Amino acid sequence: MLLPPTAARPAGARWAWAFLIDIAVFLFVFAAIYGVYAIGRSWLGPAVPQAQISQSPRALPLYALYSLVRISLAYGLSLVFALGYGYLAASSRRAEVVLVPLLDILQSIPVLSFLPGVMLAMVALIPHRQIGVELGSILLIFTGQVWNIAFSFYSSLKSVPRELKEAARIYRFGRWQRFVELDLPFATIGLVWNSMMSVAGGWFFLMACEMFVLGDRDFRLPGLGSFLQTAASNGNTRAIVWGLSAMITLIVLLDQLVWRPIIVWADKFKFEQVESTSATPNTFLNLIGRASLVIRGYRLVLRPVLHSLTLTFAIGARRAAERLPTPNKQSPRRWLLGIFAATVMVGLGFAVFHAVREMSDLHRKDYFGLLRSAGLTFVRVNAALLIGALWTVPAGVAIGSNPRLARVAQPLAQLAASIPATALFPVILLFFIHLRGGLEIAAMSLMLLGTQWYILFNVIAGAMAIPSDLKEAAQIFGFGGWERWRRLILPAIFPYLVTGMVTASGGAWNASIVAEYFHFQGRIVSTAGLGSTISRASDSGRFDVLLASTLIMATVVVLINRLVWRRLYRLASSRFKLET
Amino acid sequence: MLARMSTPATAVVPIIEVRQIEKFYTQPDGSRVQVIAPTDLAIYPGQILALLGPSGCGKSTLLRMMTGLAPASAGSVLWHGQPVRGEDPNVAIVFQSFALFPWLTVLENVEAPLEARGFPSIERHRRALRIIDAVGLDGFESAYPKELSGGMKQRVGVARALVVEPEVLFMDEPFSALDVLTAETLRGELLELWLGHKIPTRAIFIVTHNIEEAVVLADRIIVLGKNPAHIHADFNVEMAQPRDRKAPRFLELVDAIYRVLTHPGLRHDLVEAALTTGPAVQHRQIMLPHTRPGGMAGLLEIVADQGGRVDLHRLADDLSLEVDALLPTVDTAVLLGLLRVEEGDAIITPEGQEFARGDIQTRKKIFRNAALAHVPLLRQMEQSLKAKSDRTLPDEFFRDLLDEHFSDDEARRQLETAIQWGRYAEIFDYDAATGKLTLTEV
Repeated sequence: MLLPPTAARPAGARWAWAFLIDIAVFLFVFAAIYGVYAIGRSWLGPAVPQAQISQSPRALPLYALYSLVRISLAYGLSLVFALGYGYLAASSRRAEVVLVPLLDILQSIPVLSFLPGVMLAMVALIPHRQIGVELGSILLIFTGQVWNIAFSFYSSLKSVPRELKEAARIYRFGRWQRFVELDLPFATIGLVWNSMMSVAGGWFFLMACEMFVLGDRDFRLPGLGSFLQTAASNGNTRAIVWGLSAMITLIVLLDQLVWRPIIVWADKFKFEQVESTSATPNTFLNLIGRASLVIRGYRLVLRPVLHSLTLTFAIGARRAAERLPTPNKQSPRRWLLGIFAATVMVGLGFAVFHAVREMSDLHRKDYFGLLRSAGLTFVRVNAALLIGALWTVPAGVAIGSNPRLARVAQPLAQLAASIPATALFPVILLFFIHLRGGLEIAAMSLMLLGTQWYILFNVIAGAMAIPSDLKEAAQIFGFGGWERWRRLILPAIFPYLVTGMVTASGGAWNASIVAEYFHFQGRIVSTAGLGSTISRASDSGRFDVLLASTLIMATVVVLINRLVWRRLYRLASSRFKLET
Repeated sequence: MLARMSTPATAVVPIIEVRQIEKFYTQPDGSRVQVIAPTDLAIYPGQILALLGPSGCGKSTLLRMMTGLAPASAGSVLWHGQPVRGEDPNVAIVFQSFALFPWLTVLENVEAPLEARGFPSIERHRRALRIIDAVGLDGFESAYPKELSGGMKQRVGVARALVVEPEVLFMDEPFSALDVLTAETLRGELLELWLGHKIPTRAIFIVTHNIEEAVVLADRIIVLGKNPAHIHADFNVEMAQPRDRKAPRFLELVDAIYRVLTHPGLRHDLVEAALTTGPAVQHRQIMLPHTRPGGMAGLLEIVADQGGRVDLHRLADDLSLEVDALLPTVDTAVLLGLLRVEEGDAIITPEGQEFARGDIQTRKKIFRNAALAHVPLLRQMEQSLKAKSDRTLPDEFFRDLLDEHFSDDEARRQLETAIQWGRYAEIFDYDAATGKLTLTEV
């Protein structure tokens, strides 16, 4: 068992510390109650689609809370959905055939093009309450977060070692016990890292989902994103600074209070036979004790509940086995499955039919236009990727091969990466809007800001993984300068670079929707491209164009993944893998 | 004095019995790949039964079919003379890789099977603590597996298996991931539990490739032959426990089992199959042992050095190798006609002598001739390549051919081995990046 966090402190300090913690907990509970009250009042209140967004710093704590609740709910929803999706895909071979390719495609559909449909649907469903719009934005953030978590869970489940599975079977684990004692723990580390990525992506889209125009309707939800957008629109520098600092504070706090402790805790789920010596250092953890609130909650509430559920299910299963020695429920299940599949097919057919009819209004000229803008965005995305790679590769290699530099640079880079690019975008626009071709630069810098970090962190990891004997060999053979890069560094970081670029490429395409078209200071600024076509179509309510352009973007992303990245990935994992 | 009866009286009903159980894979074209030939086997109460054989021969598959983990392709599994129905039989497995849940403490690991059976928490604790105490894990209840040494981990594996009070304890190479001393300690402890009747288990079934381990522990030893797996020999061990490894009877038995394992009959079959089958596409493929030519060269040098004839048992001992490490290399040399095996002795042939004396180019030439003469697959590969105008074929072409005869995994390994040999023999070149085989022009 873990030592209580205060064990090492002298007695006097311990009392003061305990007192401080009590006060902090009391304040926290008080604030939480108020938060629930405020959110309830706002959500259940009458619909105010065009809320007046305050520009006062005093409004920021409440706005931050609103945004945080949106993100948390969306993340909770994503986690539950992803667990279900991954479990289904991994446990049924028939479902797997459909679900895994579907995941690949869903991942490539730009989130923001869902925006009009989801919003209109939610507002239509719950017309008189604010909760309709709120649910709409939560659903949108959800669609941006869920896929990578689902994929991570699925692939973890597929890689559970055979003997562990056999142990679970021979010792008669039921489905539930297998899930909580084998599947879920085995997948935990992947789930944690992907959750962190997803939540970071959530902040990115939150900015766009809190304030947008849909045809003649202008939606504004109080939150950090709308605060920043309004501030930028008004050119209110003071408010921009306040908003950005509130956002950074929130993200840093979340990182230190939630994610770091969870990462340390997740270490026990590492599937290794020997204890590793390096632990994740965390200064803040030492301050609040080794377990944060989240983990205490897990120990005190969740774990006992899980155990008693396991027992209940086990007893139930035993009784069922005693009563029915040979259960035979094969045939009704197959029936149900057939009906389900038929329903899905009919639904799909209906949807495709309507989509085609919708798009048949478009002329050939329109499609040429769409393809042209797809080409423009293609050039922009890849230019951004190239620029990203050009600076991150040397920087990442420098950081990765110099531990002293890494100690300083890595936390800084992590902090920079955690600021959602969409929050910075209004500020960037403010700088570039008056330059010639300014929007072009601004659009590319948003793509760059949103995606370069994936490349950087992967390159750092790659450079750190170069074995020192290879470096020494390179030194002995007198490889210097370019030769050293060509023969050692580039091949060694290649698999990592590809991994980073795959993620960055998908992200950049998605970012184009925000980057190429923007409401700014009361007018619309845009540059030609597929992203701006999607945004404009949703602005003006042209659903045929929206549908067609979304399909084109999804197809392009899937094609690029299949034709370029997957091949490079295979090459990377066969030829450039450093095997020991 | 015998601690347990080693030859069951005819009236005793076996706890588990398999009848004509077999495993095969059906290929898309309807042909079968036989992994385990129809086999009868019974586990009687009061016995430790050891299943011995070289690795990859199907021992573990047989164990998994007996425990119900893997379905048999045909045949039946009887539990106390009755077909298994409804609830699985009460068995437990100790795994080679321990298969502990790393996120659960020792106590939680041992309690997990009881939890699955719906035992309330207090009863779970009581039973788990008692068995943890019995295997000598006292004081480690709250440790996580990664804090433990290999031996301690396997003690947890044993405790977890025994806590369900299985009628038959299955052990799948339980000590082969441990160092020699630890393995010996654990064997001793297992015997102590068993002979002292400290556990309610009525029979132990242990799969191993270590002959001495089998002779130390078992009352009955079954030797499996491979390709496809079949029962090759059945020994009753009528020696009192504890057994003295230096005793003449012990050494005699070890030697006898060695001879059975290296029985020349099987390998003669292989060589004959290689000689009689023509180059037609639809012939029976023989299974290549997965070895590298370099290893075989080393073996031949040693045999030549020692006068051309060595006792395989002594040789393995001198090299501190286990049977399953040495046998594939011996198989390779026998297959290529460079070595003969008689009565557990390896005898070098004239070609083998020449090979052992030769320099690298000579060796390659001998290897090439022998490979083309005795390995149908390589001959077939050479002819297929010759038939093409550009002398090049993708490796998938040969994979497909092998798929007709082997399971997917085995087909891949067969091709890998064939490519290794073919490259060494300079029959063809192989480009791993493109997967292309090109005939080497001589």
